[in-house]
Amino acid sequence: MTANQLMIDVSGVEKAFTLHNQGGASFGVLDNASLQVQAGECVVLHGQSGAGKSTFLKALYANYSVDSGAIRLRDGEQMVDITSALPRRIIALRRQTLGYVSQFLRVIPRVSTLEVVMQPLLDLGVDAARCEAKAKDLLQRLNVPERLWSLAPGTFSGGEQQRVNIARGFIVDYPVLLLDEPTASLDATNRKVVVELIREAKARGAAIVGIFHDEDVREAVADRLVDIKAI
Amino acid sequence: MNNAVELLTSTSEWQDIAPLLSVRELNKFYAPGKGCGDINFDLYPGEVLGIVGESGSGKSTLLSCLSARLTPDSGQVLYNSEQFGEMDLYAGEESQRRVLMRSEWGIVHQHARDGLRMNVSAGANIGERLMAVGERHYGDIRAKAEEWLTAVEIDTGRIDDRPSQFSGGMQQRLQIARNLVTHPKLIFMDEPTGGLDVSVQAKLLDLLRNLVSRLGLSVIIVTHDLAVARLLAHRLIVMRRGAVVETGLTDQVLDDPQHPYTQLLVSSILQN
Amino acid sequence: MSAATAIGYNFAYLDEQSKRMIRRAILKGVAIPGYQVPFGGREMPLPHGWGTGGMQVTASVIGEADKLKVIDQGADDTTNAVSIRRFFAHTAGVETTELTAEATLIQTRHRIPERPLQADQILIYQVPIPEPLRFIEPRESETRKMHALSEYGAMQVKLYEDVARFGHIATSYDYPVMVNNRYMMDPSPIPKFDNPKMSMMPALQLFGAGFEKRIYAVPPFTQVESLDFDDHPFEVQSWEDACSICGSDHSFLDEVIIDDNGSKMFVCSDTDYCRERVTEGFVGEAPAQLETEQ
Ligand SMILES: Nc1ncnc2c1ncn2[C@@H]1O[C@H](COP(=O)(O)OP(=O)(O)O)[C@@H](O)[C@H]1O
Ligand SMILES: Nc1ncnc2c1ncn2[C@@H]1O[C@H](COP(=O)(O)OP(=O)(O)O)[C@@H](O)[C@H]1O
Ligand SMILES: [Mg+2]
Ligand SMILES: [Mg+2]
Ligand SMILES: [Zn+2]
Repeated sequence: MTANQLMIDVSGVEKAFTLHNQGGASFGVLDNASLQVQAGECVVLHGQSGAGKSTFLKALYANYSVDSGAIRLRDGEQMVDITSALPRRIIALRRQTLGYVSQFLRVIPRVSTLEVVMQPLLDLGVDAARCEAKAKDLLQRLNVPERLWSLAPGTFSGGEQQRVNIARGFIVDYPVLLLDEPTASLDATNRKVVVELIREAKARGAAIVGIFHDEDVREAVADRLVDIKAI
Repeated sequence: MNNAVELLTSTSEWQDIAPLLSVRELNKFYAPGKGCGDINFDLYPGEVLGIVGESGSGKSTLLSCLSARLTPDSGQVLYNSEQFGEMDLYAGEESQRRVLMRSEWGIVHQHARDGLRMNVSAGANIGERLMAVGERHYGDIRAKAEEWLTAVEIDTGRIDDRPSQFSGGMQQRLQIARNLVTHPKLIFMDEPTGGLDVSVQAKLLDLLRNLVSRLGLSVIIVTHDLAVARLLAHRLIVMRRGAVVETGLTDQVLDDPQHPYTQLLVSSILQN
Repeated sequence: MSAATAIGYNFAYLDEQSKRMIRRAILKGVAIPGYQVPFGGREMPLPHGWGTGGMQVTASVIGEADKLKVIDQGADDTTNAVSIRRFFAHTAGVETTELTAEATLIQTRHRIPERPLQADQILIYQVPIPEPLRFIEPRESETRKMHALSEYGAMQVKLYEDVARFGHIATSYDYPVMVNNRYMMDPSPIPKFDNPKMSMMPALQLFGAGFEKRIYAVPPFTQVESLDFDDHPFEVQSWEDACSICGSDHSFLDEVIIDDNGSKMFVCSDTDYCRERVTEGFVGEAPAQLETEQ
């Protein structure tokens, strides 16, 4: 990955929600949104609660569809417009290119913490021993107690779950990383760890779009602050 | 690792991969509104497609049509077979369809008794598929049966027990083992977790999830349970009264549903 | 019509119309070795289970010049064998015999004679359950499809279950066979000892199931293979003992209890064969002697 390579190219994105079962109420959230992010750059979105930050991030992950506009993401030599790509194309993109740390961990019954964290790397065909080593390293850095690693995270505290979620998001060196308030329920020590992880990702050339409530995290990682309303 | 991953991650040859199964203008109605119609989609190797919708929406009818068990009124199901090449299922010979069912395909029924022989041992249930494709060495058949019992977390000490002595969850896992022993490429599942206790469901789902990704299986799974769909499926088809109302990436359909019916379906389940 | 037949009956009891219909079924069976041909079964003046299927076949192929032998488990003198023999003597006026060598038609229940059959003979089996796949698949529509498409993997399940349970293929009667590499066939409840005799037999073999109204056939010189596993090959029964009467060490033996103490001896199940050997001068060792010698 070369620096200054365009990784994310959003242009003219519109997104409205229509609630068909609530009288068909419709309201726009994204209005002609555009954003470019280069390799190695971290853009932090800000705006009031409900302004559409998460919606924008979810659109970048193709978790939400958009009504118009283009969201082009770099996949090797290609720029792929995920607003029109086939589902399997998006799944492939998510496997190797596009990382996303959601606000909440989606737990799968019976699956241990270690497995939850390893899975994305395993899915890329990396051998299990290497996946496990990397997962353990991340969990250690994020201060998830070792006694929890073999347990399913369903019963963990919010902060523990979030750290598992972060470890899972950072297990693959994704070229594009989307972070939705990963530090929201973390203490200062762990916030610092996340800051380190983000800096390391930037250093290897990842393009990052994040939402952070904490002033200190934002200061530490943001190359640019972008108001969601101005996008 | 497995084929699916390679297929899904190779960026250069992206356009060149042929669909495994293609459905064209498929219709099957028992009566107006009862059945399924105007169905079109492609399934690519390694994909897990979920068919969701409320009871009676035509999911099982569609699955039966796709898996060569129910002749549609019209339309085509095209399948890219290892043995027979590109084939139009219902235009071809029944013998070929039945060969597919016991070799390249697996069919996991909602009720284990529909997919198992209840009066022969677990080992024979698994072994039958092998014998059906010509395996004639008892020792090998038995060894493979044991291997697959282990894979589905059934104690090999139960190999000579009949499925009627098994719990519902075990029966379902046995059914899966019986299907997977011939290394099928494509599995059809109809409500595989239906009728099981929640804790048993979780174990089965976990098992399915692992097998599907480890073996790089292509799967079409019918379920009315959106949590099951979210866990297993890459992509969803939402059906209502026999028609497809929405399709797309699983999490997109569930998190940002567009059609009024899908919104209703999603909002009526409890969020976790 | 023969003068010797009983008044009021057509030759061999069945009317000519029925015979023609059964002969058509037989011809079809011969043309498609091992394939079960449905036919419109007729009532015979014997209850089902007494070999009415075999009797209908016999009635349809028997001619005045035929010599009929009837055996039941190898013996000519059981009630069943005797009454069937009498029936045809009465209704067709044909000669009957107990000698395998002399007979042109042999109706049998549960055995094939030890003496090899010849090209000018016909062996007619009484069949209780003609469908070999029934035990694993009760649906007739499905078994028909399985035959049509040669889907016989399920049949192997029966043998698998044997080996799993007993360590070897324990099925010893009614042992499934593959005819002419095409149709899976139930050989009727003959001992598997007799299975090899079916293969490449010079005589025509006809099978009649009266209750289920099915006829099937193995034409002369047709390959008949018994199912097995590579690591558990087909084997016939064998005995440590020889026949106490004729000393045969190569025929199918029946165990006979000879006194109240439960003493037993082994004798040929094929009574004609045993008698023939005795006529030829063979002798067995009486069981009492056998015991004192040991
Ligand atoms: N799936 C959805 N369906 C309907 N409305 C939604 C959905 N997701 C978000 N919204 C609405 O879109 C608006 C923006 O939400 P969000 O993007 O979560 O804001 P932020 O992350 O900036 O707080 C809110 O009004 C929210 O209720
Ligand atoms: N064999 C059949 N004959 C007549 N109607 C049927 C038959 N099978 C299903 N149906 C009807 O077709 C509709 C769709 O059924 P089905 O495909 O089983 O739905 P689902 O699997 O989504 O519950 C239902 O109204 C059902 O009653
Ligand atoms: Mg938000
Ligand atoms: Mg159904
Ligand atoms: Zn003798």
